[in-house]
Amino acid sequence: MAGDQQDVVIKVRGLVNAFGSQILHDHLNLDVYRGEVLGVVGGSGTGKSVLLRSIIGLNQIKSGTIEVFGRDTSNLNEAQWREIEMRWGVLFQEGALFSSQTIAENIQVPLREYTEMSQALMNEIASMKLSMVGLSEDAAAKHPSELSGGMKKRAGLARALALDPEVVFLDEPTAGLDPISANMFDELVKDLQKSLNLTVFMVTHDLDTLRATTDRIAVLVDRQIVVGTIDELRQNRHPWIQEYFSGPRGRAAAG
Amino acid sequence: MSTALDATAARARLRLERKPRLLRLIAEGEWTTRDAARLDTQLHHLDLGDAVDAEIYALGLGRLDSASAWLLVRTKREWEDRGKRVAPILLPDVYSTLLHTVEHEHTAPPVVIHNRHTLLAFVTRVGQATVLGLKQGVGILGYLGRVTVETTEAIYHPRGNLRVAALVHQIEETGLNALPIVGLLAFLIGVVLAYQGADQLKRFGAEVFTINLLGVGLLRELGGLVTAIIVAGRSGSAFTAQIGTMRVNEEIDALQTIGINTVDALVLPRIIGLVIALPLLTFYADVMGLLGGAVMCYFDLGITIPVFIRQLQEAISVNTFLVGIIKAPVFAFIIGLVGCFEGLQVERNAASVGKLTTRSVVESIFLVIVIDAGFSIMFSILGI
Repeated sequence: MAGDQQDVVIKVRGLVNAFGSQILHDHLNLDVYRGEVLGVVGGSGTGKSVLLRSIIGLNQIKSGTIEVFGRDTSNLNEAQWREIEMRWGVLFQEGALFSSQTIAENIQVPLREYTEMSQALMNEIASMKLSMVGLSEDAAAKHPSELSGGMKKRAGLARALALDPEVVFLDEPTAGLDPISANMFDELVKDLQKSLNLTVFMVTHDLDTLRATTDRIAVLVDRQIVVGTIDELRQNRHPWIQEYFSGPRGRAAAG
Repeated sequence: MSTALDATAARARLRLERKPRLLRLIAEGEWTTRDAARLDTQLHHLDLGDAVDAEIYALGLGRLDSASAWLLVRTKREWEDRGKRVAPILLPDVYSTLLHTVEHEHTAPPVVIHNRHTLLAFVTRVGQATVLGLKQGVGILGYLGRVTVETTEAIYHPRGNLRVAALVHQIEETGLNALPIVGLLAFLIGVVLAYQGADQLKRFGAEVFTINLLGVGLLRELGGLVTAIIVAGRSGSAFTAQIGTMRVNEEIDALQTIGINTVDALVLPRIIGLVIALPLLTFYADVMGLLGGAVMCYFDLGITIPVFIRQLQEAISVNTFLVGIIKAPVFAFIIGLVGCFEGLQVERNAASVGKLTTRSVVESIFLVIVIDAGFSIMFSILGI
């Protein structure tokens, strides 16, 4: 994926994030290219989720610039934000489904907000998105509290994909799924990525997912980020990266 | 990059081409979710004619997303249902995976959104609420039994299962920390009662009886009732929220697997703590209320403090005070019981905590007032 004229969708420059005296990110740089699947890994507390939240504007950054679709997100008015928000979808760790609404209604929230579709078409699309993420139609009328953790995650993904976004942010998408569902999820991400030219920014610890879906991997170490393919990272001498990719789990995933 | 605001983006277009035996739908431009609503309407109003063979020609598409792919697939299916022979959809290779996903993995009917505003739905809700209310009553009665048994055991056979540190913490939390708010409100109620009473009694020249009104009203009823209502809102809700959050986090399950009795560990310290704290708070509220009344009498009626105290001694007896204060432990028990019971009813989702906290406060205030009315009837029969 590493070409010279890559179209950069997300461009992070000199990002600093700190909570109190604890510095999480120290002048961190990152490029995410159009159409790639980028996996973000790192030890607990290294700020993977904070990085994701910084990019999608949920976290006030200390300094640095973040450009999404070529626009600096720090000085956007509300209309410009909506324009950008319409072009990405976010799957939160626990799905973050609206608990007062059924799954079908959850999926239709973005459709209702951004398009003028008829209710009939929205119902068709909700049903289609559900089957895309592997949920049966009887999940549609259920409320989030009636679903298992894995099903909530799929429903959350269906909502994230409701508007067919260009970029999808996935926060630990396969955590809590059984291996078969996780494999299916990986397949799904690959399929969508291929057919929609989707850009995927994925925080994950699942080495199988990393192996199966990602084009490049960004490792958060020492408040910085190291990016490379899985094979490049194996050559990296940083002890954490060595331990991560060459530990027993890393070797098992490599097959 | 292609967005609707991008002027160069080719809008989604569709047209029908009729040949003698073939109907051809030609899709061009960028078919995205943004245009799906318009395309949906157009597709619904196509005049199909009577050709038997049909095809969907989409090789000219600049972009296709899943919502629009669904529109193509749906059109194909509709045509087939009307007896046409439809050739496989022709579209650029890059979208074949997407089309495959939409066409083969999705055969389910559209989801149905139930209308919640029909009469039937209303009747259903009323029925469900009634059953739920009855179940709730049975549940809380059962819980009352369990807590009574465990409390009695804790008192008569102390096997070290009463957690003193937790108990002291609860007394501090529900009693000591409630002093400012209870004091202020009781004082203000004293002021209001004295002012309104004086206003009415002045007409008969009996303004000195304001003090009787104040003494009896506050000590017998208002002091205890107001304190109980404040505590229900303040501590009853906190009990439900704390225990409910522990349920969401599976902490209650963890306690049980470790072998700790949840009633011992969580419920008894709260209920007993509140039973100790609420009478003390009620006494404090009585004092503050009388103080508020005395201040008002001084400024409004010119009754000095010594005169106030003398009149008060004539108006009330120790019994008046006892009648008020004896209700406090009962109120406390009910508030604590409902708070803890509702907390344990919480399901494993965050929304449930809020719902049950609200329910806990409403139920405990309701029960406090009902029990207060019961006491009034009982006292009047006993002639106290």
